[in-house]
Amino acid sequence: MFLGVTGQTLRLGVRAGGSAIVGLIFFLAVVTVIPFGVGPDLKLLARIGPAVLWIAALLASLLGLERLFGADREDGTLDLVIVSGEPLVLYALGRAAGHWIATGLPIVIAAPVLGLLLDLKPRAMGAVALTLFVGSPALTLIGSVGAALTAGLPRGGLLSAVLVLPLTVPVLIFGVLATYGAISEPEPFLSPLLLLCSLALGSLALAPVAAAVALKLSLE
Amino acid sequence: MPLALEATDLACIRGGRLVFSGVSFRVEGGQVLAVTGANGSGKSSLLRLIAGLLRPSGGSFRVQGGTEDDGAIHYLGHADALKPALTLRETLRFWSKVYRQQGRVALDPDFDEAAEKVGLIHALDLTVGVLSAGQRRRAGFARLLLSPRPLWLLDEPTSSLDRDGEALLGSLMRGHLSGGGMVVAATHQDLPIEAHATIHLGEEP
Repeated sequence: MFLGVTGQTLRLGVRAGGSAIVGLIFFLAVVTVIPFGVGPDLKLLARIGPAVLWIAALLASLLGLERLFGADREDGTLDLVIVSGEPLVLYALGRAAGHWIATGLPIVIAAPVLGLLLDLKPRAMGAVALTLFVGSPALTLIGSVGAALTAGLPRGGLLSAVLVLPLTVPVLIFGVLATYGAISEPEPFLSPLLLLCSLALGSLALAPVAAAVALKLSLE
Repeated sequence: MPLALEATDLACIRGGRLVFSGVSFRVEGGQVLAVTGANGSGKSSLLRLIAGLLRPSGGSFRVQGGTEDDGAIHYLGHADALKPALTLRETLRFWSKVYRQQGRVALDPDFDEAAEKVGLIHALDLTVGVLSAGQRRRAGFARLLLSPRPLWLLDEPTSSLDRDGEALLGSLMRGHLSGGGMVVAATHQDLPIEAHATIHLGEEP
């Protein structure tokens, strides 16, 4: 069940009109626009660079989540998954996992490359990639709860983003903190990274359950 | 234990309105129950209720028999759960994974055979988005064939089917019944095979 759903999500993500490419392009667009807005101050860019990459990744991951469960609810897939009698939690987890592989992972890989635009040093690029790798699954998982809650609404995407954004703030804070910790010496690196890990693991444990309950309720 | 679906005094309230109440019936293995009624009389709601997609507002039902581990129900509703970007083969593979047979070695399901049976062998590697409404229905039948389950809940199964399609549905249903399966079909047209019992929802005509 889990692997089946993950595989299907992945396939849908990379097919024409899928969320994978859209999410990545949005991420590219946000990151490329920042240097134009901030101006040619390389020092400033390098200083805010990791934060910019993190915020862009956060927005991109929320953007793609809009249709994660809404489409399934409309076309009857969700009905059939429930009728199958398989645990709905596995389905919710599978959708989130597939979505992360299709949209989150490309962003993690693209982030250090885009760091060039923001004059990041190699060490900072590595730090951003590492923290995004740990943190972006948490973003997707927390976002999946919002997507599940708003699955029944016609314009659920925006509402879902507004609902989820406050919940993702801790992930953002510790993600950026750990990144800066890796770059500049006096700031701590390990403890924010461990907190980020704990956020990711905590959302891995809780988010699919919450999403499954929300989906079940959305059918009533 | 012989296979049976028994419902007593089912009631359904949707949007604050009582759709139906006091619906009781019993279907046994090898039988077809037809559910008739006007639009809005609750045919689909009754099926969704048995499928576990809605909670009954009153009464109860249970499916007896069947194997313990496997789910007992196949549901074919108005929404066909087809993703336009995937091919039919990918779609069938996905559903046979979700509706897997527990406690059994996962045999490689024969998609060609299932597609052949529903007359879609030529469309197996086309994306589902290009299929016609009738072909999408047939794709739904192929899904039912791939993972055997004792109870089929069919919501307007003949809609958008041509004459051949109806004959096909008839033969699929007969095959399912001869294997001891049960069918509950909501319909406003005649079913391709005769029902053993009919319940009429809403006011008597």
